[in-house]
Amino acid sequence: MIHFPQLVALGYLATAILFIFGIRLLGSPATARRGNWLAAVGMLIALLVTFVGLGALPWAAVIPALVVGAVLGTAAARMVRMTAMPQMVALFNGMGGGAAALIGADEFIHRTGELASGVATLSPGSSVPIVIGCLIGSVSFSGSLIAFSKLQGLMRGTPVTFPYQRAANGALLAVIVALGVVIVAVHASIWLFLAYELLALGFGVAFVLPVGGADMPVIISLLNSFTGLAAAVSGFVLDNEVLIVAGALVGASGTILTQLMSRAMNRSLANVLFSAFGSQVEAAGEAGEAGDRSVHSVTPEDVAILLGYARQVVFVPGYGMAVAKAQHEVKELATQLERRGVEVKYAIHPVAGRMPGHMNVLLAEADVPYTQLREMADINPEFPRTDVAVVIGANDVTNPAARSNPSSPIYGMPILNVDQAEHVVVLKRSMNPGFAGIENQLYYDPRTLMLFGDARESVVRLLAALKELVPAA
Amino acid sequence: MSAFGGSLLIGLFIFVLAVFIGFELISKVPATLHTPLMSGTNAIHGIVLVGALVIAAGVHGTAGTVIAFLAVLLGTINVVGGFVVTDRMLEMFKRRPGPGEERPR
Repeated sequence: MIHFPQLVALGYLATAILFIFGIRLLGSPATARRGNWLAAVGMLIALLVTFVGLGALPWAAVIPALVVGAVLGTAAARMVRMTAMPQMVALFNGMGGGAAALIGADEFIHRTGELASGVATLSPGSSVPIVIGCLIGSVSFSGSLIAFSKLQGLMRGTPVTFPYQRAANGALLAVIVALGVVIVAVHASIWLFLAYELLALGFGVAFVLPVGGADMPVIISLLNSFTGLAAAVSGFVLDNEVLIVAGALVGASGTILTQLMSRAMNRSLANVLFSAFGSQVEAAGEAGEAGDRSVHSVTPEDVAILLGYARQVVFVPGYGMAVAKAQHEVKELATQLERRGVEVKYAIHPVAGRMPGHMNVLLAEADVPYTQLREMADINPEFPRTDVAVVIGANDVTNPAARSNPSSPIYGMPILNVDQAEHVVVLKRSMNPGFAGIENQLYYDPRTLMLFGDARESVVRLLAALKELVPAA
Repeated sequence: MSAFGGSLLIGLFIFVLAVFIGFELISKVPATLHTPLMSGTNAIHGIVLVGALVIAAGVHGTAGTVIAFLAVLLGTINVVGGFVVTDRMLEMFKRRPGPGEERPR
């Protein structure tokens, strides 16, 4: 039934090659943009040869879907703020998962219809991929929507927990699997399948609910690989090789990326998924010492003088800087400091922002030179010879409790050792704990100075004070 | 719609080899590019759009048409949004004026 099968096969081969080179080029800053374009060209080729191969399509339904999808996708991708990038990726990911689940559902309806009229049989070879594809696609769809809602602030970012949650989720999964087996082996009924789909959607929700906002990047990456797998399984359902190749590539890459992210937080994936991180606000080891501690609040003028006469200043940007959209002002402050002979560096924690590399993207937007951005392993030895470390809207990644307090939930997570600098200046809105809901001991260190206020306003006031009080060299 | 006249086993073969390539490709990527990479691979699994078109081609009845419409719609959002948002992220790495040069804006 395929027109020009050789052309379609060669087109799909070209697509596979372009995807592989595309992902490869995405791995280097100089070629990444070209890599994305190569992958896009690969996608275009796959779509064109699919149109040729299929010949007739119900255009009245397909053309509006393509046009509306393209307009919505472009508009969302163009208008989203850089800080909201992670939830946008989650949303697009959910769309892919949903499409994969719908493909499975359609095939199931189609084949059981043929089954009923005695035209064909539903062999395990086709029903097994359908059932698996629907499960993964549905979990990815509903899970991504919950991840999106948490990051977008449509629902609370803190973990949603209840007693026996893990057991309940395990039981839900067991019921889903059992139902899947019944559908495949015993009775391929539409109603059973519908129940199966609904339970799978419910499991996606249940699976993401207990995960705290700070861990959401890991979840998005995991769901990204789920959607890849779902696409590959759809390839088995439809006997389509390009779906298998592309889905497998993404499934594998997403798995590696998920592991890299968990490792950056020094936690296992199982720990991220099940520990409801950040729900217990420093239960242990905190109660006795809370009473007598105080913080040192300072004015922008104090900080300006401290910075203006420093030899080396290290900026530690975090998500708070991104939310305040202060990256351009921070870059301007760095430029002014350099004019006064100060050496400026940026310390980038692997999970700064809400996804790995998120902070690099934001700073690149403000034209901060790539060479000034230092990764954690490079910058940590520098802190003891740093005069001032300026923490702008970062919290958990600077918490010394990760090194010293075994009862802290983040104990063992690699952090930026800002407390080893001679002075630490923290720009922060208030004393509220960070995204992970853990109090930061750094703020009570006698060498730490707190500059309260919106990150952007604080930096603007710092800039003004610097220009007034410290003449440029 | 099988391009190679394939069977389940050939599919499995392709799947396993592609998984290994995927592992190899990703393990050499600097942390800086993890976000764009996640976003780029996110666009690539938008290939389900091809599958959505295949089911659309064989569709019968209203329910089938609705499902196919939704699948094509979601797949298209995934593909187009995914590539555009990745390009926007990577554009920021490109714009890097030399010293003394003003930021174009």
